[in-house]
This record gives sequence, C-alpha cells and structure tokens, in this order.
Amino acid sequence: MSFLKIKNLSVDYPMRKETVYAAKGVNIEVNKGEILGLVGESGSGKSTVGNAIINLIDSPGKVSSGSVILGDLNIHKDPKNIEKYRGKKIGLIFQDPQTSLNPILTIGEQLIETIQTHLNLTKEEAKNKSVNLLKEVGIKDAEIRFNNYPHQFSGGMRQRVVISLALCCEPELLIADEPTTALDVSIQSQILDLIKKLTNERNLAVILITHDMGVIAETADRVAVMKSGNLIEIGETKKILTNPQETYTKSLVSSVPPTNKKISRFVIIDSEKKNNHKNNIKILNRWNKKEIIEQDLVQIKNLDKSFKDNFFTENSKNSVMAVNNVTFNIKEGESFGLVGESGSGKSTIAKMIVNLFKPSSGDIFFDKICITKIKQKNEMMRFRKQIQMIFQDPYSSLNGRLKVKDIISEPIKLHNPSISNSDLNSYIFDLLESVELIQKSADRYPHEFSGGQRQRISIARALATQPRLLVCDEPTSALDVSIQAQILNLLKDLQEQLNLTILFISHDLPVVRQMCDRIGVLKDGKLCEVSNTEDLFLKPKHDYTKELLRLMPKIESIYN
Amino acid sequence: MTKYFFKRLFQSALVMLVVAFVSFSLFNFVGDPINNMVGEETSDEERAELRETLGLMDPIHIQFSRFVVNASKGEFGISYQLRRPVSDLIVERLPATIELVVISALIALITGTFLGVYTGINRKGFFSDIILAVSLLGVSLPTFVIGILFIYLFAVILGILPSFGRGEVVDLGFWTTGFLTISGLKAIILPSVTLSLFQMTYIIRLVRAEMMEILQTDYIKFARARGINENSIKYKHALKNGLIPVITIAGINIGTLIAFSIITETVFQWPGMGFLFIQAVQFVDIPIMSAYLVFIAFVFVMINFIVDILYYFIDPRIRVKGDVSSG
Repeated sequence: MSFLKIKNLSVDYPMRKETVYAAKGVNIEVNKGEILGLVGESGSGKSTVGNAIINLIDSPGKVSSGSVILGDLNIHKDPKNIEKYRGKKIGLIFQDPQTSLNPILTIGEQLIETIQTHLNLTKEEAKNKSVNLLKEVGIKDAEIRFNNYPHQFSGGMRQRVVISLALCCEPELLIADEPTTALDVSIQSQILDLIKKLTNERNLAVILITHDMGVIAETADRVAVMKSGNLIEIGETKKILTNPQETYTKSLVSSVPPTNKKISRFVIIDSEKKNNHKNNIKILNRWNKKEIIEQDLVQIKNLDKSFKDNFFTENSKNSVMAVNNVTFNIKEGESFGLVGESGSGKSTIAKMIVNLFKPSSGDIFFDKICITKIKQKNEMMRFRKQIQMIFQDPYSSLNGRLKVKDIISEPIKLHNPSISNSDLNSYIFDLLESVELIQKSADRYPHEFSGGQRQRISIARALATQPRLLVCDEPTSALDVSIQAQILNLLKDLQEQLNLTILFISHDLPVVRQMCDRIGVLKDGKLCEVSNTEDLFLKPKHDYTKELLRLMPKIESIYN
Repeated sequence: MTKYFFKRLFQSALVMLVVAFVSFSLFNFVGDPINNMVGEETSDEERAELRETLGLMDPIHIQFSRFVVNASKGEFGISYQLRRPVSDLIVERLPATIELVVISALIALITGTFLGVYTGINRKGFFSDIILAVSLLGVSLPTFVIGILFIYLFAVILGILPSFGRGEVVDLGFWTTGFLTISGLKAIILPSVTLSLFQMTYIIRLVRAEMMEILQTDYIKFARARGINENSIKYKHALKNGLIPVITIAGINIGTLIAFSIITETVFQWPGMGFLFIQAVQFVDIPIMSAYLVFIAFVFVMINFIVDILYYFIDPRIRVKGDVSSG
C-alpha cells in the first residue's frame, strides 16, 4: 500500500487558441522512505506534477482532473482546504536557493512564522524547534545564524535553510524540484546526502525532480520518465537506466555523457530525424583553412585579474583576486578544457582571452604575439577576427530585435566591408547549413528558435569571421541533455573539419571528458593542475581534482 | 558604515559644488550684473568702481570660491527688486512652502501606497480599473488645470474652501504656521491635494508594479508552498519588499514637489518660495534665482543622502554587503 497515490492527474493551461496540457493523466505512487526520481527535459511537465500535488499551479493553469491521496486523505477533494496541507503534510523545495528565501526577513522569522502557522507552539518553543532543525540540516552556530538574513549564507547553506523550512512542520512527503541544479558539484553531493539522510531518519516519501541522470542514478530508488506531459516509463532506477523499454528513455540515457570513458560521438536516437551521420560542412569551401602546425596557439603567462571597488559604484566583489597567477598553453588544433566551480575564475580567463576584460597583470600570447600589449584598435581587430566566443545563455546572447541573417552578417561585414550582397547571402546560407539549420532560418528572429537552435546560431555567428580559436563558455549548460549531445557532436565535427582550436569552459566533468584533449582545473582563481584528459580522470594528481572526481554524480554507479 | 556614510557625503558635496558653479555662472554670465544693479544714468567710471568693489574684476576661481563661501553661510546678496537680503526673503517664505510640500508628500505617499497595494493585489477588480483610469487623468492633466478646476468647484460653486492665500497664520518667532488656525487648515487643502496628485499617480503605479512583480517571485511561491496564510504573504512578505523602491522615489519626489510647487503656488497665490521665484523671473532678479537654484539642489541632495542612509537600515542586503560566510 503506497503512501502517496497520484491518480490520473491532469493540468491544463487554457490559452486563447487552444488548451495546453502540461500534464496528462499521470499516475505515480511513492512509498514512505523511498526516493522517486522524476526526470524529463524542459517542458516535460515534471515540475508541473510537483506543483500540482499541492495545487500550486500558476493561473491560468489548473488541475483539471485526478486525485492525490496521501495516506488515506484525498487532499484535492476540497481545493480551498489544501492550504493547510502545504508545509504541514507536504514540504516543497525549489531549484534556486538564492531566490527561495525572503531577503528582508531573517531565517528565524521565516522559520517561526511557518511553524506557528501549522503547529500550536509558543514563540519560544518554535524558536527551539527551529534551532534544532538548523543543527539537523548541518548549519553550524545555529543559535547565532538563526538571526541572520538569507544573503549572509552561501548558496549551499541557503539550500540547507530552505530544506529546514520545508521540513519544519514535519511533513511526510517532500517534493524537491531540481534542488541541486543551481549548486556546485561539491555542494550538490552534500545536499543530496542530506536529503537521503533525512529520508531515512524521518521515513519521508520523496519526489526528486531533476534533469540530471547522474543525480538520479546515485539518489533515486525508482524513477519516472516524463515527456510532453505524459508519463513514459516508471520503474526501478537500475532497470530504467540499464534496460530502458521506451525509445524516448533510450535516447535520453544514451545522450548522457559517460563519466568513465571517452566516446567519439554521442549516439542520437531520434525517431524524427536521423542525423547520426556526420553533417555536411558547407562552409569548408570558402574556409581559409590553415594547416595545423606543432605550436602553442595561445600562451598564458602569470595572468592576474582583480576587481576593485570604484568610487562611484558599489561593487560586491571587494577587490577579489578572480584570477591568480595562471599559466598554461593551448596547442594549435586541440580542445583545451578549463573546469572549476562557480567563482573559480574560468569565465574571467575566457573574457581576458577574447579581450573583453583587461588583465591586471600578466600576458596573453596568440600566435606568438602578445595581445595584451596591443594598443591600436586596428591591430586588435586582426586578433578579434581570429578569436571568437560562444556564450552560455543562448537566450541573452542573441539580439532579439535582429533577424538571424543580420546577426550573422554583422561580423562578416565588419571584417570584410566590400562583400557583395549575393556573396554575403550565400555565405550566410553556407554558415547556417554548416550548423544544421535550414536556409529559411535567415529571415526569422531568434525568439522563433529553441534553445539548442539558438546555440547553433551563436556558433554560426562565431564562425562567420573564420576564427582559429573558439572560446566556448559553458556552451551547453543551459540546454537539455539530448540537445547538449547534438551541440557537442556539432562542435566536434566543426573542429575536425575546420582545424579549429577550442577552449572549452565547463563545470561539467563528464562533458569535458568527452570534448577535451587536455584539461586545466581551476580553484579560487588558481590553476591546480593541467593534464591530458585520460590522465586527469584516471590518475588525478591534485587533491582538489580527486575530490571533484569523487563527488561528480556518475550514471555508471547504477551498475555497481 | 563609516565608509559608506563618508562616501555618500563626499558624493553629495561634489554634486553641490557643480550646482553652485551653474548658479554662479547664471549670476555672472547671464547679462551684466552691474547693468542689472544700477540705473541708466550711472557713468562708466562709477560702473567700473562698483565692479571693482564687488570684486567682479578678480579671476574666476577667486570669484567662485567667494561665492561658495558666501553660499555656505546662506548669503546670496541683495534682491534687485525688493532691495532686501535674499537670505531674509527665503527664510520668510520657506515655512509656507515646507508646510505645503510636507502635507502633499504625506497625502501622495499614504494614499498612493494604499491604492497601489489594492490595485496590485486585486489586479482585475472593478475598483482597480477605476483607480487606474482616474490616476491616468492625474498625470495627463497639467497641475494648473486641476488647480483651476478645484478652485472653480470648491471655492466658486460650493464656496466651502478659500481660493487663494494661506489664511491666518500664527508667528512662532522662527516659523509661521497655518496649522493652528481653522482658516489656515482650510486654505492648505486645495493646494496640497492639487500638488500631490501627480506624485500620487506615480506612487500608485510604482507600488502596483512592485507588488505584482514580487507576488510572482520564488520566495512568495515558497511561502505559499509552506502554507503561510495569504494575508501574511501579501502584507508582510510582499509589501515589505515592495516598499523598498518607494523610499527612493518618495525621497526624490519631495524634491520634485518643491520644484512643482512653483505652479501650484502661483495658481493659489500661496506666499511660498515658488511664488517668490516666479516673481523673481519676471523681474530678472538674479540673486533670488541663483539662490533658489542652489537651495532646490541642496534639498534634493540632502534628501537623497538621507534616503541612502535610510536604505542602509531598511535593506539588510546593503548593511552586510560582502559579509557572506562560506560553507
């Protein structure tokens, strides 16, 4: 007899033209002491199901049918009554701990208010209970921290506070909606351990909503796979991950980058378009292809960068050494990976290489010329043409008011002002086809494309100047795993055909393993070690690298 | 805190210096100050002598530093038209303007916040639509038209409120107030309401937008998910956050109210600084104009300074910036 029974749950969003079904007839059961993983890509309805359980669907959406039975209570029977089950019977954790807490109330005030809403306790009793709870979730000096405001906690600590808030009235069901997506790997494993510990100690039923198969493999007992509002498959985690029955689950599992080996390409199982063959890179015909010579294309020597407070601006980075004496080389034609957690300075280095930031000290050599010393704009342009960047967020890195063809033609015209219109158009078409977009895309606006397609446009734009070095700053971390696999395949193909050198920046170790020849590990602005990829994963030298590898969620752990 | 305080103080002083320079330029370079002072029959020798005694032949930076020193003591010379020290005139007119502005600011703030919260929470209600429609009128009609309409309605047709002046005032020695007499209180109603309308609209729309935005945030959603009751969510969690930007706007608004009061004071013949300024403009009374300029700037800068300091106490995020513990 399961503790939570979701029967035939549907959520509708009535729109002007049609009704969108965010969830369609979902049936899920969860036992006490069990963690059920709910996976799916963005838009699959996994968060909708989580929110629908406590009827927290944003208007105009509504739960149109189905029942949620908790123990022997049908909590959807009287929708007006559901408020008293929220927090009391069911706790919810959201993705981003930075925004989940009210910034102007102390965590103590937020805890006491929640406890007093549901439990008949005096303020003093509520305070004692909160302090004990904060200790339980691993916050040191809980009596003092009780009076702190949310911004005084780091991201991981804040998520602990969020968990304590979700659990303060002793709910029996915990719904965790991407609880670790916004956190670094080391913090992620702490939070997941905490959730596992609390599940056992308190005999909670847990629904863990996530897109990360590694997290599922290490945490969940059973897993449910969702796609466009439908439940595709549900069962034991091991069974689903090793022997998926449905095509969709198969494609989802195969696009997860393996952590234990390097594969040449991701296998893409897609019923709609079979593009497993290498794509036709049309731009090759007009590419001024340089033969790879044995040399260091980029040399970085003793690079420092610090951010200082300006008199008129309130800068939160109080003169922190973001990059501290970093030295490494990138060989021509290789993929060099820079990994590190947030704040490790990896993006700052990228921005200095493309000359968006000026280093505080140290030199960057490109093709044996020191680009940090160049003063003249014309001379700098020659280098900008050869170094291009792809940004993390495909939504904000494209100008929404320009057509795709204008976005791509801008760098072409900048570096080649005399290009004729017809030539320009065929250039754009070649670029678009090289990144597997159709020619018609040229006349559309960025908002008409999905995240993955936008990232393809970004790549086309970066290729427009025929660069030798491509700096990719977390190019796939905003994308779903199946799209990520496609984009990574594309980057590999382009590199091979066009003799590109790639600086690949990521926090995601499995992805870096698939993409890079050599890897540098950054921590707090300092470079810990640089090794060949296989050496780094098999024989890490630095303690920090060992720690990162140990904590990285591994989808293969399910085999053990 | 000290660093924050002195940084703000220094920034304020810098702004004041720039304004003082503009005001000084107005005094010295818009027309010839000597020509403005003396009659037509004064001889060239006498003009040159006056120029010398007034120090107008000194280098610019000496003249400017003299102006700044005098201004900081509150001395702006003598009004051409009224033949009295400008500082005396300002002190005499100041209470009327301050009383008018304070009352309008209170009306605008209290009513504006209240209506803003109401329309922000009841987004599609009948009353919300009415409030927003009427408030739109408040912005689109010029202040003097509203003032005249009020005078016509309340003073001419209904005859219940006076149409001009401050009514009877009580002199407290350092301050003249209209708050202590019935006629004084009656007299302040129309001008203060007229003056507050524009700001009120502004605050309504600001508070409404803030409330609507905050009610969509994750922490409100999380509070709902914890079962916190709706009233606490709206009036404790959301409103407190929503009022933070209102403090900034309210601060700037008080300055704007003083500036706007020129029109309202003229319409209602209110014997305040704005009225004094308008008269000064008509007679090209430059000492009064430059003093007024410096004074308004001073009020703006001071209010902004106070608001910045207030922020420090209200928003914990500024208070403990950079004090994030690791873990």
